Amino acid sequence: MAQDKRVGIVLVSHSKEVADSVAALALGLAGVPEAPVTGAGGLPGGGLGTSAELITEAAHRMDSGAGVALLVDLGSAVLTVKSLLAEGDELPEPARLVDAPLVEGAVAAVVTAAGGADLETVAAAAEEAYAYRKL
Amino acid sequence: MSEELTDDEGRELDAAFFVRWLTAAAEAVDREADQLTELDSPIGDADHGGNMRRGFFAVRDALGSEPPGTPGAVLMLAGRTLVSTVGGASGPLYGTLLRRTGKALGDAGQVSEKELAGALRTGVDAVAQLAGASEGDKTMLDALLPAVGALSEGHGLAAASTAAERGAEATTPLQARKGRASYLGERSIGHQDPGATSSALLLAALAQTAALGVSGTEAENGTGAESGEAGRTANGGA
Repeated sequence: MAQDKRVGIVLVSHSKEVADSVAALALGLAGVPEAPVTGAGGLPGGGLGTSAELITEAAHRMDSGAGVALLVDLGSAVLTVKSLLAEGDELPEPARLVDAPLVEGAVAAVVTAAGGADLETVAAAAEEAYAYRKL
Repeated sequence: MSEELTDDEGRELDAAFFVRWLTAAAEAVDREADQLTELDSPIGDADHGGNMRRGFFAVRDALGSEPPGTPGAVLMLAGRTLVSTVGGASGPLYGTLLRRTGKALGDAGQVSEKELAGALRTGVDAVAQLAGASEGDKTMLDALLPAVGALSEGHGLAAASTAAERGAEATTPLQARKGRASYLGERSIGHQDPGATSSALLLAALAQTAALGVSGTEAENGTGAESGEAGRTANGGA
């Protein structure tokens, strides 16, 4: 599997620190320091919120031709990504909003993407994280 | 031209009208920003006023520097600007409202109130789909749905503004079922919804802009008195 065409992963949170830290956590747990994952958190000038510009920029930066999976926290992060997808030309093709818990889903997505899986497989792995029960 | 004038109420709305509406909306949002944030404090994260002000100031600037030539293009640029500048849920929600409304208007140089009513219905439906919300969930839809309902019944923009205002007021006893306020459960009861309130502001700005007439100043033709009345009604409701 060609390593230069891996699925990109964008982690969207209201908080820049949360998004960047979850990206670092997923990289660390996946043991693949060079996997294409990045945070897109907070507002461009700092502060809590969701930025369509930061998300769009991150998605294009992570895209190497195999598509981009976007994992989000809640509220406006969900709505902003949904509306960017509905717009059609803002995000790289294919891009997908993944219905997954942010932290657990990010780890699953990064591990799967690092192995060269396609976008559908990466998304499925992240979505499976909902089935991981802690009790 | 005469054919267009007999289309419905006889008022044709051009790109400049929509720029005036959104400029008036920016002024209204700025004026009411503190109140919007105050409403957003007990049941939200106290950022609605600031978010809306940032978004609509950006809309006003975008339209002022490079005003598009058609109503549809004005609304689509405004919607895109809101998505990229607001930073809260109201960005994609109002962005979707304006973009889908604009898209529905197509590339016509002028549109009738009737055409605008139909396009707004499309835009509001898109908002409902994006949010997964419906009437009674204590959201902006509680103002927008009554407004498009009044428009589709042919009651005009002033009546739509009044319907939005009443819809916003009627959110107070509701328990929120969407958004951050829904986490509060019963504690969301007793507060007017900030999103419904800002939606009513936008409808009031629309009605007032229409009441001012085609040129943006007091209408000088026979419909002036009627439009002026509508403007006062909208003012009174806001």
